[in-house]
Amino acid sequence: MFVSLFILTLLVVTAISIARIGDLWAAVMFTGIFSFLGACWMLILDAPDVAFTEAAVGAGISTFLMLGTLALAGKKEKPSTESPLVPLIVVGITGAALIYGTLDMPHFGDPNSPVQTSIQPSFVEKSQPDMHGLPNVVTALLGSYRGYDTLGETAVIFTAGIAVILILRRTDSNQSNFRSSKKGAE
Amino acid sequence: MDSFPIIRVVSKLIIPYILLFGFYVQFHGDFGPGGGFQAGVILASALILYGLVFGLPAVKAVAPPKLIEKLIALGLLIYAGTGVVTMLAGKAQGTTHNAVANIDHEEVHHDQGRAMANFLDYNALDHHFLPGVLPHGQHLGLFLIEFGVGVTVTSVMTMIFYCFAGRHPETLPANNPAQNREAKS
Repeated sequence: MFVSLFILTLLVVTAISIARIGDLWAAVMFTGIFSFLGACWMLILDAPDVAFTEAAVGAGISTFLMLGTLALAGKKEKPSTESPLVPLIVVGITGAALIYGTLDMPHFGDPNSPVQTSIQPSFVEKSQPDMHGLPNVVTALLGSYRGYDTLGETAVIFTAGIAVILILRRTDSNQSNFRSSKKGAE
Repeated sequence: MDSFPIIRVVSKLIIPYILLFGFYVQFHGDFGPGGGFQAGVILASALILYGLVFGLPAVKAVAPPKLIEKLIALGLLIYAGTGVVTMLAGKAQGTTHNAVANIDHEEVHHDQGRAMANFLDYNALDHHFLPGVLPHGQHLGLFLIEFGVGVTVTSVMTMIFYCFAGRHPETLPANNPAQNREAKS
């Protein structure tokens, strides 16, 4: 309980720091810290796979990519001339709506919540005999029971990669092809 | 980065261990936390670290962009191809035996007489070649698709890094020999 409160407080402090700080370099570092705290929080919730992903993607790769963006875009935030009142109201209403939505949710670890009761018999009981004793239920769920889902997710990553290549790439072959075709036209 | 010997030496020391950890997460994902996605990100971060410290040309020599962009598609092909192989293997065996893994047990009984296994039904990958050494059935299927996911994620992340770093004003002329040649001629 104490550790949870500590980490959640740190998450809030980090989020406020990211919003307040003008130095984009420091802000990127704070987002890395935020992801790492999020990973710790997931670990407390007994979700090591999610924590693993959060640490690797949130704290690792995204920080790298944002630093790469900073190298192109500069390290200082432009001072804003707009009044912060309207965004503050919008954010406040959205946050209040989200908190209102959590009021209906079951408590953490509630044995009667739909997560625990809706699928019978549960995957946790079935996965051991089904998978011939492979112990990781998460992998079994993602890879076997919901193989289509994971195939779709892989296709999403594939598509995102192709899109980034199409938008951003300026490689040697690309340019020389372009040039040679232009020369051919001339 | 030539003027930062500590960074160079330390990253040279830890990059092999990052790679090793990535492969551990990849191939141990069936037993512990992890899997293809996390492993792909870890492997890509090893490559990106190498690129940040030793420069874009160095990492492009290790992982050529032409190879990487083909691996993006190959990973997805491994995944989808595993599904096609399960269909074909089920056809060859003539029955979807040991179909306990299907969630809906009533449907299993309907499927018993069918000559084809479902897409991504790894039970069709059961074999009796070197039992206990080679994984088979569900284990082999999970292994293959996680491998496919790992290949795609590694190459996509590396490719995104190439795209971002390639636009850097300082590194752009250096890694663009075609442009340099043209400028000279």
